[in-house]
Parts: sequence; structure tokens; C-alpha cells
Amino acid sequence: MKAVITVIGHDQVGIVATVSQQLAELQVNITDISQTLMHGEFTMMLMGEWDENNVKFNVVQQSLTALGQRVGLDIHIQRQELFDAIQKL
Amino acid sequence: METKQILETIQMISEEKLDIRTITMGISLFDCIDSDGSKARQKIYDKLTTSAKDLVKVANQIEAEYGVPIVNKRISVTPISMVAAACHDDNYVAYAQTMEKAAETLGVDLIGGFSALVQKGEQSGDQKLIDSIPQALSETKRVCGSVNVGSTRAGINMDAVKQMGRVIKELAAIDPVSCMSLVVFANAVEDNPFMAGAFHGVGEADKVINVGISGPGVVKRALEKVSGAPIDKVSETIKKTAFKVTRMGQFVGNVAAKALNVPFGIVDLSLAPTPNQGDSVAEILEEIGLQSVGAPGTTAALALLNDAVKKGGVMACEHVGGLSGAFIPVSEDSGMIKAVEYGNLNLEKLEAMTAVCSVGLDMIAIPGDTPAETISGMIADEAAIGVINNKTTAVRVIPAAGKQVGDQIDFGGIFGYAPVMPVNPNSPAKFVNRGGRIPAPIHSFKN
Repeated sequence: MKAVITVIGHDQVGIVATVSQQLAELQVNITDISQTLMHGEFTMMLMGEWDENNVKFNVVQQSLTALGQRVGLDIHIQRQELFDAIQKL
Repeated sequence: METKQILETIQMISEEKLDIRTITMGISLFDCIDSDGSKARQKIYDKLTTSAKDLVKVANQIEAEYGVPIVNKRISVTPISMVAAACHDDNYVAYAQTMEKAAETLGVDLIGGFSALVQKGEQSGDQKLIDSIPQALSETKRVCGSVNVGSTRAGINMDAVKQMGRVIKELAAIDPVSCMSLVVFANAVEDNPFMAGAFHGVGEADKVINVGISGPGVVKRALEKVSGAPIDKVSETIKKTAFKVTRMGQFVGNVAAKALNVPFGIVDLSLAPTPNQGDSVAEILEEIGLQSVGAPGTTAALALLNDAVKKGGVMACEHVGGLSGAFIPVSEDSGMIKAVEYGNLNLEKLEAMTAVCSVGLDMIAIPGDTPAETISGMIADEAAIGVINNKTTAVRVIPAAGKQVGDQIDFGGIFGYAPVMPVNPNSPAKFVNRGGRIPAPIHSFKN
């Protein structure tokens, strides 16, 4: 399973560490990571990969949403195929 | 994949309101026909609730996993006038109630196919269905109906045109808002996923998944970046954007079809607006350079938009179908509503616009005292545009009971509200009351 994880919110100390630690606990491997400012907000994008037989998509999604709520960040996760379908011929 | 592309995709969905307007499952009811009406209805209920039992679940799952909003989950069925014709019932209201009950059980938003195809004439089932429409559609919430009164091959059935003017008035007298569930077509298509006109055509497979896309906001945002550029650049930009929007439709349709184990039919390449700000076809036309939709140049700008959407979308998916074009429903488009309220857009201009786009006079409120013959005249005009130009046209007007020009009628949610528009007061009654058929047009000498 490959997914795109976006983290949006006010810049603060330890965003990368918090999110990546959570992903490590979920056994999600980060294959790519980048960050930028979008409309003045901190925006981080991660490409995650994991074995769906071990961890279901909705478990990862719920866990990241809960983390986002705890630390005041907007965290979304979407399966990667959608991006490929829209952007690649 | 580049960060820019990921961001663009996320922005298209979150800010520009790109969504899948509908996943519609078409289901054939031919195997439910029975000379005993109640047995037929039981078979229909059973088939619908079995075939589509996972439709909403799968759509919700796609929404969650891919982050794409799927606004509506719908079902279309074989025209009930055909399915019910074998039974001896006097009217088909009970069939609509069965459709409603199945839709409620399944949790789908709308179910279409309370329909009849009478472009050349009416069989007994068609007559009973048309007579049942006012009661059937006013007593149900989710059921949608359509009647095809003309085609390029058959001409226009003026008896049916006359009848439909009366039926729309009868329905409006019970509940004007129910009129949004009824559309009168010429050249109706068999694989349309959009309501109110969706039905499952006789040439279709037993079950099929069709997808209708949306995305006027995405097109408008893209055009903002080429402000002042020559019109060729406008066309290119629309094409590229339509390509991306359609790819999403194709992708989601494929995922849904696979999960439901039903063949994937078509993507309907339509720009379907909603009353939300920034989700408007009118605003695209204004971005192209019109002070307001309705200004001279509106028809040309719309023709360009419609054509570019198709050119961009056709390459993006395996099978294109349905209505495929820009929709211009008044009540569902904030820009159209504004133009009507300011007096910048009238019925005559809307009629001209329907000659170059999909689909017709759509979601238009007219005064409640508009005579049935005048509505029939409007239907005949739209049918003529469709029949002569070999395209689908339709009329979905709402005679707002007790209301006059300047008042408004509210439909709720994505169906918006419509200001009551003035209608030409001259009567076409003698023309409409002649009845008969307008012969099929000649297919040469195309001037």
C-alpha cells in the first residue's frame, strides 16, 4: 500500500519528529518527504508505504487523524493511485 | 511524483471543489417483469436491494481512502413503462413507491427510471406511466422520472409534448418542488448517470457503473492563470484541466466497478455546477471575458467551453457517454442565479445556449400561472433544437405555484434556489393543440 500523507498547519517545533514517530509505530515506511509553504501555512508531504496485510488503511488514517487533533495539525492520508491517475499519462 | 503535482491535486479537491458528482449503478429490471404487479414489484425490490447492497459502502470507502468527495450515490433502472406494461395495474404509482423503498433501504440519494420513451408513439404502459407521474413523483422523495418526446430519427411526438405540459402543471399544483424530479427529453441517452434524467437503457448490460464528474471550480481557477491570453490558450487550458478531472472519474469508476464486481460503463464528461461559490459554469464564462453570463458572446464562449471539455476528457478515459457537456441549470449555479436576478439572463438566451451545450432549459422556475400549452411550447422548442442538431436536449421547468416574476423557489442542498423568470406571454395553444408528429428532419442540406 502506497499513500500520500499531507500535514498542514502552523509551523512548530517537532512536527517532522512527531509524525514520523507515529508512522514508525504503525510500521509505515517513509519513502519520500518534502515541505513547503502553501498560502503561508506549513505543508509537509510524505510518501508512505506499508504492508496492508499487517496494518489496514483505516487504522493508519484514524491514528493520523487523532494525532493531528492532539497536536493541532491537519493530517490527511490518501492512497497514491489517485495522484498517478490524475497526473500521469 | 513531484511535490507540485501532489499539491495541485490536493488543491483541486480541497479548494476548487473537484468532486465525483455521482456514482450511478444502472440495473436492468427486464427480469422482474410479471403480469401480477405486486409480484413484479417484489422482484424489483429484491433485485435492487441485492444488486446495489454495497454501493453506498464502497463509495464511502473510496471517499475515505482516496480523499475524493463522492457527492451522490444513485441508481438508474430500466424505464418503468416497459417493465410494468405486462401487468394489469391501472396506474404505476406503486412502482415508484417500490423504487423509493429500495432507495431508502440502500441509502442512495436518488433513483431514476420512472420513465417512458414515446418519441414516436405510446404503448399502454407509456400512457399509464405518464398519467401516474404527478402522484408518483409528489409522493416520493428519491424517485426521478423522464419522458423522451423526440429523436432525430423519429421526429417529435407533439401529442406527448402536449401531454407533458399538462403533467408538469399537475405535478406543480401538488408540489412545485417535485418538478425538479421530472425531465422531458429529446434524444435521451441510455447511460446517463445524472438526474433527473437517468434511466438504464434497453441496450445496456444487466448491471453497470457509470460516473458523472464535476469540477467547474477547477476550470475557473485554471483560466484565472491565463487571464487576457488569446482564446486558443483558453481552449488549451480547459482541455488540460478537463483531462485531469476526467482521469479522476475514470479512476474512481474503475475502483468502484471492481469493488462491486459490476462492469464499468462510462464517464459522463460534464461540468456540473452546484450553488456553492466557485463551483459555477457561469463564472467560467465570465472568467473567459463576459461581464455577465447572458451578455452577447455567451453562446460562443459556452460553445468553446463545451467543446474543449469534451476534447480534453475524451482522451482521459476509456469510454465516454451520458450527456457529456457543460450543464447550465439555473438554480444549481450561483452565477446563473445572480445573472437572472440582475436581469442579465433571460429564457431566450438560455434557449440559445442549449443549442451548443448539454442539456437544456434546466431547473428554471416560471410563474405558477404559466399555461400548460406554453410549457408544451417550450418543450417543443427545446426538442426541435435537439432533433435538428442531433443532440440531447431537455426541459426541466418548475411552475412555481402562487409565485410571480421576482419571487423565488428553494429546492434545498445542491439543487439550490431559482428566481422566477418571465415567460413570453403569447400563446402557442393552437400550435400545441394540433397534436400529431413533427416528422424526422432531413439529414442533408445542413443550413
